[in-house]
Amino acid sequence: MNIVVLVKYVPDAQFDRHLTGDAHTIDRNESILSELDEYALEAALALTDARGGAKGGNTVTALTLGPAAAAAAVKKSLQIGATQGLHVSDEALAGSDASATSLVLAAAIRSLGNVDLVITGMASTDGETSIVPAQLAARLGLPQITFASSVELDGATVTARRDGDDFSEEIQATLPALISVTDQANEPRYPNFKGIIAAKKKKVTTVSLADLGVAPDAVGLAGSLTRVAAAAERPARTAGTIITDSGDAGIQLVDFLAAQKLI
Amino acid sequence: MSAIVVYIDQLDAPGKLSTTAHQLLTLARAAGEPVAVVAGPASPELLSELGAYGVARVLHSEQPELGQFLVAPKADLVAQAAAAVSASAVLLDNSAAGKEIAARVGVALNAGVITDAVSVAVDGGTLLAHKSVLAGSWTVEARAASAVSVISVKAHAVEAAPAPEAAVPAIESVDVAFAPASLGARVVSRTPRAASGRPELEDARIVVAGGRGVDGDFTPIEELADVLGAAVGASRAATDAGWISHASQVGQTGKKVSPQLYISVGISGAIQQKAGMQTSKLIVAVNKDAESPIFEIADFGIVGDLFKVLPQAVEEIKRRKA
Repeated sequence: MNIVVLVKYVPDAQFDRHLTGDAHTIDRNESILSELDEYALEAALALTDARGGAKGGNTVTALTLGPAAAAAAVKKSLQIGATQGLHVSDEALAGSDASATSLVLAAAIRSLGNVDLVITGMASTDGETSIVPAQLAARLGLPQITFASSVELDGATVTARRDGDDFSEEIQATLPALISVTDQANEPRYPNFKGIIAAKKKKVTTVSLADLGVAPDAVGLAGSLTRVAAAAERPARTAGTIITDSGDAGIQLVDFLAAQKLI
Repeated sequence: MSAIVVYIDQLDAPGKLSTTAHQLLTLARAAGEPVAVVAGPASPELLSELGAYGVARVLHSEQPELGQFLVAPKADLVAQAAAAVSASAVLLDNSAAGKEIAARVGVALNAGVITDAVSVAVDGGTLLAHKSVLAGSWTVEARAASAVSVISVKAHAVEAAPAPEAAVPAIESVDVAFAPASLGARVVSRTPRAASGRPELEDARIVVAGGRGVDGDFTPIEELADVLGAAVGASRAATDAGWISHASQVGQTGKKVSPQLYISVGISGAIQQKAGMQTSKLIVAVNKDAESPIFEIADFGIVGDLFKVLPQAVEEIKRRKA
């Protein structure tokens, strides 16, 4: 079977992150593979491992969209175990919103031909809108199972659990389908030495918008359907009063709450 | 005035309007002519409640597909109803389902989608949304560049208020043409989650959250929450350990909360936790490790044993209230 996993190169949340420029887009220095995509990759690898892995004719394609540096997200995915990579790289993509992003991702997935399953993380750790999986499913005409906390595959039937606020649901769909997985879905594996060496021989295809037949003005800032009119950095929180308990900290806590009129 | 569509779900919680729906209708009334799109039964009580919020037009469908499948059929309903009334905007709640319906409606109507709005203003006939991004470290003002705006709005973005004059809604039945793929993900079983009796995390004025430091015992957290009328939250470490349901998780991959007061107990304050709570108005931290990063952002921090500090605070609150 052929699985496509979306992998995104996002600013590392361990550092301060910024918006930049007139269009208030994200500053992409110090970026890494989005942590939440590791669960999607693990879900794909577990499904293909159970079916004989690459030797059994299964492929896991790590797909990314972004500038040249975004290839690092694909490379890390190959080290972890993906079979091959596809990188959509084009200057016109800069500043794409979810709508433009899902448009290009749909074209890239169509270009791969026979895809059984598209697996994504629950959200990217930069934009955090979590709407790209549903938009991608809508564009590809695939059934969507989003926010899956477990995924099982029996023949062509995929069964997933989805834990919402009000209900826990079991959902079924027939392949081909799109699934987004939460961080409850599995424990992602790490790249090992063997994987790092093997990744050097794996193929990464880089394509442009022209290769995919997507017009440059359909994407990027020009093709995005949302605009950020203004942006401001929230003042950093500063430490307030810190006390060490010497027997009456609970009382002092209540004094603080009372002073703030919270009790 | 242009039509502003508000999506009303009567399948998961039939019979009444949610408090979020009241807020969305109040917002829609300020922006144009509110049109309610109802999935599921439209009872007389519901219609009179919609009328009280100024809704004169209701589009409604009870087609069974709306409840048997995941969100896609609901998105078909909203998109087709919005097109039928030439809506200039679609407003939805910011739940996972609300955001996904928004996503698909955006594709169907070629409309810009803005999620997680904390406030929405009407500006020259279009809607302007404010939201926090990059884990609450930036705030942005966003608008759709398309003819239709699709916005999912967080709870409490606006104070709900009935219309000065109630309307009598005209109800129109919609026959949705479902896309084949929309009927591709079937709900085979559904188990309701037990209600805790406490406020919902995202609605609560006060949140008391516990982490690794509670060491499996959430009792002190729950007791403090109950004397404060607060919701109970948890860090990922606590939900991963199975001490409390994943639905209580606050953070990057859990709920994003922004209460008046957030009391962080036994949580170190890793970046993923901060991402879900640092827009809280006041932060109180209790942790025995003085080096915990949470103390860098706490307005009031206590370095101490939560099993001593919390019960003492609970007793003191009870004493003062008595």
